[in-house]
Order: sequence, then C-alpha cells, then structure tokens
Amino acid sequence: MNNNETAVIFGATSAVGQALSKIHAEQGGALILVGRDESKLDVTAADLRTRGASQVDCLVADLDDFDKHQSLLQEIENKADDIAKYYFFYGTLPDQKACEASWQESHKALTTNFLSAASLLTLIANKVETESKNKGDRGIIVVTSVAGDRGRQSNYIYGAAKGGLTLFLQGLRNRLHKSGCSVTTVKPGFIDTPMTSDIEKGGPLWATPEKVAVDIYKAAQKGKNEIYTPNFWMPIMLIIKNIPETIFKKLSL
Amino acid sequence: MKKYRSWAFIPPIEQKAVRPQWLGFKLPDTNEGEKEKSGSLLPYGNGRSYGDSCLNVKGTVVDSRSLNRFIHFDENTGVLKCEAGVTFADILAVIVPKNWFLPVTPGTKFVTVGGAIANDVHGKNHHQDGTFGRHVLGFELLRSNGDTLLCSPDENKDFYAATIGGLGLTGFITWAEIQLIKIESPYIKVETTAFHGLDEFYALSESANKNHRYSVAWIDCASSGKNFARGLFMAGDHADHTPQGKPNKAVQAEPKLSIPFNFPKLALNRYSIKAFNALYFNKNSAMSAGTSYQHYDSYFYPLDGLGDWNRIYGKQGFYQYQFVVPFSEKATMEKILNKIVESGLGSFLAVLKEFGDVDSPGLLSFPRPGICLALDFANRGETTLKLAAELDELVIKAGGAVYPAKDVRMSSQAFKAYFPKMEEFKAFIDPKFTSDFWKRVNKES
Repeated sequence: MNNNETAVIFGATSAVGQALSKIHAEQGGALILVGRDESKLDVTAADLRTRGASQVDCLVADLDDFDKHQSLLQEIENKADDIAKYYFFYGTLPDQKACEASWQESHKALTTNFLSAASLLTLIANKVETESKNKGDRGIIVVTSVAGDRGRQSNYIYGAAKGGLTLFLQGLRNRLHKSGCSVTTVKPGFIDTPMTSDIEKGGPLWATPEKVAVDIYKAAQKGKNEIYTPNFWMPIMLIIKNIPETIFKKLSL
Repeated sequence: MKKYRSWAFIPPIEQKAVRPQWLGFKLPDTNEGEKEKSGSLLPYGNGRSYGDSCLNVKGTVVDSRSLNRFIHFDENTGVLKCEAGVTFADILAVIVPKNWFLPVTPGTKFVTVGGAIANDVHGKNHHQDGTFGRHVLGFELLRSNGDTLLCSPDENKDFYAATIGGLGLTGFITWAEIQLIKIESPYIKVETTAFHGLDEFYALSESANKNHRYSVAWIDCASSGKNFARGLFMAGDHADHTPQGKPNKAVQAEPKLSIPFNFPKLALNRYSIKAFNALYFNKNSAMSAGTSYQHYDSYFYPLDGLGDWNRIYGKQGFYQYQFVVPFSEKATMEKILNKIVESGLGSFLAVLKEFGDVDSPGLLSFPRPGICLALDFANRGETTLKLAAELDELVIKAGGAVYPAKDVRMSSQAFKAYFPKMEEFKAFIDPKFTSDFWKRVNKES
C-alpha cells in the first residue's frame, strides 16, 4: 500500500507521534513535524527519511504561545500546499494535587491540553473550510483521553481539558461535515510512554504507543468520528459514564 | 505489557528497568545511598537471549527499545547507522526494497542491533562471512562514568574487541554502524538434500560450503537405529532474480499466528517429539528435496512466523543447549547425539551447522571452527540439568564451547574452559555493569 499524502504532526517527538509518523513514512508519505525540541525533531526526521518518507520538514514551536499560531500555520502552508491530515499528539499529564494547590498549575495544564489545541484548530478549520476538496481527502485527528469522559477526583483538571477538547471536536465535526473534512477524536486509555513514566505500570490495561498508533492511523484513513484505543475501553467507559452521579460521587476514582 | 524476562522463561523472574528515550541520556545513578538506587546495570534489548545473560535481577536493566531510530542509510555503499534498539526486522523493512541485506543474521529477526553485537551473533553463512561483529564498522559505547567511547577496528580497538560478544558488560552501546550486503531479490535459492548419519552430513557440508553462501541442517535428535542422525541439509544463496509468479514483497508483517498461552506440561513428551520429527523428515525429504525458491523470511526466520513460540514449552520454560566442537571431534559429536537420543529429552528442531575458520572479532565470541549443534530440551528439572552437565564434560574434553546467549546453567569451570580470554576481558567490564549470567560463571565452587 502506498500513501503519499502530507501529514502535519503537532507533538511529533511524543511517543505516539513518533509511532504514527513511522507508519506514514513506511507508506511513503510526506511529514511536517512540529515540536519544541529542535534536536529531537532532527533525530526523528532522519529516522523517518530512512524509513521511506518522501519528504520530512521540521518546525520548532512552543504551542503554548498562541500569538505565533497564525505564523506557524503559514509556515506549514509554505512547506506544502496540499495537506491531507492534521494530527494532534501533544499534551501534558499534570499532577492533580499540584493543580488543586495552585491555579497557575491548573491554568498551565488547561492551556496546553485544551486552549492551545482549540486555537490551532480554529485557524485550521477556517482554512480547510475554504478549500474545495473531495470528501475523505482531508482529516483532523486529535488525541484526547478516556479521562475526558467523566470527571474524577484523581485527575479532573486533565479530564476537564480533554473533555472540553472532546466537546470542541464534536462541534467542529458537525461544522466541517459539509466541507468534507473529517474530524476524528481519539480516546486512548493508558499508554506506556515517558508521559506516564511516574505511574506503576503493568496489567492488561496498558498499551504500547505502536499499538495505539496503528489504531489511530486506521481511524484516520477511514475518517472515523471517534475511537477508543485499545477498543476495550469503549465498554469500560460506557459503564463508567452510566454510573449515577449519586453513587459516582462517593467512589474513590 | 512486555515483561523483562529471558526467552526461555528460566529463571521465572521479572525485574526493574529504566527506558531511555533519546540518545544523550545518562545512565541511572548507581551510587550507594541514593534515594532510588538502581544497583548494578545491564543493557536489555528485545529479550531474545534464552538464559540469564539478559537478566540482572538485583539491579536494573537499561531497556534500549525506545532507542530505535535510524540515523543514516547510504543506499550506494550499504552503510547503515542506527540506534542500538533498532531490530533486524526494522532494518530488513528498510533495506530489502533497496536491494540490500543483513551481512549476518541469526534465526530470529526480533533481535536488536545492540544485542547482536553483545552476543556476536552468527548465522547460516558463518563458513563464509564469520560473525555479525565482523561487519560492524563502529559503535559508540556509553560507560557508567558518563564517558562515550567511539569503538572501531581502528579506534579504541581493545574496547571494540571486548564489547563484541561482551554480553553487555562493557557499557551501553548507543548506536552502531554496519556494512550491509547487496542482493538482487528477496528470495533464496535453496537446495535441500536428505542425509543419514554424521558421515553424510560432513561430506555434504564440506562440498556445499565451498559453493554456497548459506548452509544449515535440521537433524532428528529423537530417532535411533537406522534413522539415527538423519536430517535435511539446506544450502542456500541469494537468488539473482525473483522467480516468476512469486510476489516481490520485501517484508512479512507481524506474525500471523501466535501462541496465546503457555502449553500444558503434557503437550511435549517423548512420543509427540518423536512423531513430530518423523513427520517433519518424511514430509520435507519427499517434498522439498531438490531446488526451490524461498522468501528470505521463511528461510531465515521460520519460527518468527509463530509469535511467542516459546510458550509451547509451557510456563515451566525450557533449556536450549548450543555448542561447537572441532571438526576432528566427530566421535564426540556422535557420542553426544547418542546421549540425547537415549535421554528422550531432545526437541522438535535441532540444528546442525558448520562454522568456518573466519576469525571472530570478540574476546568472548562463541563461534570457532567446527561443527555446531543447537537444540531445545523441555524442562524436566534435575534430569535435564544432569544431561546438560554430562554434555558439558564431553564438550570441554573436545576443546569446544557452549553459547552463553542460550545458557542458564553452565558452571564457572566450564565457562573458563570455553572462553580462555575471560581474564583478558575482565579489564574492560564497566565497574557498574553485571548480569546474572556473569555472576554465575564467576562464582567459585
């Protein structure tokens, strides 16, 4: 299978971002990598070129800097005039206790995990809406989290950011439907990555970035609306979402 | 989740690990009194070593698998530079479509480059091309004091020789550069010949090895009498074209079949193994004798098509015994085969291979001129261990060696006899590195 479309990867040096980029590269696709750390981007780019990417460009950006979003998207447009996929992989896993103790911490987490993506998506949506393309040619794929399905005391700041983003994407999907650009919400469970390195791992609920990336790639190719990855999270979250609040508020989750 | 285990499940232990993500990382602090003391360190690749050479139970293993990026591939010269956690499967996916191939490959493609160097792995072309280490142009070695050493045949030669086959004890290999070989097709032209007895094997091997890049034999370790030491000799070469009607696919994807659970203890016994061997011999000697074209994937990696095949032996695990004895020790080889047949402990697939006289570059490299046999033994506790110890005596007497990558039980005396350069090697061990294997073979008894 060959797939030579161009994909933009926000958060290209994240574990899942790298794994997804590899799949695109192996299909012969072109990639525009966006991340904070120039040397990590360069290392990633060299790997992807060797694996078969037809073209790899790197853009260094701190995505918390909203003022630069417009110029960043202009740079992206300058690199390739026909962008098929926009992937969002960046995020932080804040310390809930620290967020409770300090609004600054909460604000930072909400900024990176929700506001920054919302800002970029606003600009991207306005662009794709004016493009005349066939249905299925373009897609926006954003990683949120199962944590956004229901607020829990152990991580509701992160949950609020991801849940807010999930709602934002629902609206955006509705809005962009006419233009033929799909919007895919990806809700992963636990992934074994550096972001989760402080958590004791093990057990069947943990997935590798490679497995998650394959699920995301397939969902993106099909222009799916929403996926859980691995998909066993769907029934789990269905139960969690349906526990009555009177009971849920008493649980220590 | 992937556990940090050895491939043969013995000992049945899991252990602490760190997983660096980017080159330029520091090894975890091993100082006494640190809050989170790591203890001693040992690099861990893809966990395909059978025994305890990939374990460091009281300390920490440094998992290389996130360091899996290609750094550079020159399609004109076939020089490939990559991080140490890149697997042979990753490499093949990149190089075969460009008509390059690994210079040497073991019987699984799920090994990392770092692991291949640390065990100085060999393959079916040992008689012509020697070990993997011979094709390693250079690598970087990270020591626990933070130093990085560039090692090659010209630079830090002593560390180069100690690290190749050095079982991960000299430091952490961060990246390596290897020289690939040119091919014209992903297919191997294979000539299969049935043989009966070691004399026929020796004769076949001697004549085939002059003309063929690859050679290996499957041998029946369960039958006695007229079927004793029967087998199939398979000589191979890279095909100069892809035969008509065959798909020109470079890569096979993930294993199609996988063993989902550990087999119960009863599945493997004297009778099922005997039946398997008879079936295998009769099917293949009848069907594939003569010339055929095989995809490199099924030729080099028949077991990779069966994910987690180690589970066939059940959760009690298994032992693999791989040794080499000099050519002149045909009588010893015959004696060993007899012992294995008598014991009824032999496995499905025993592999016989001639090692050539191409020098191995490592101080502790296993391959040396002679005939090499590898086979699995189901874990029958003391009975299996006793048989292996008896075989050790014969191998020592014959001036041979047993392969550390497959071992979990050899004594320190045996190791010293097999690896006379052990004392010379010790000077290059990183003071903070060790393995359960190394502690074992250094124990006084």
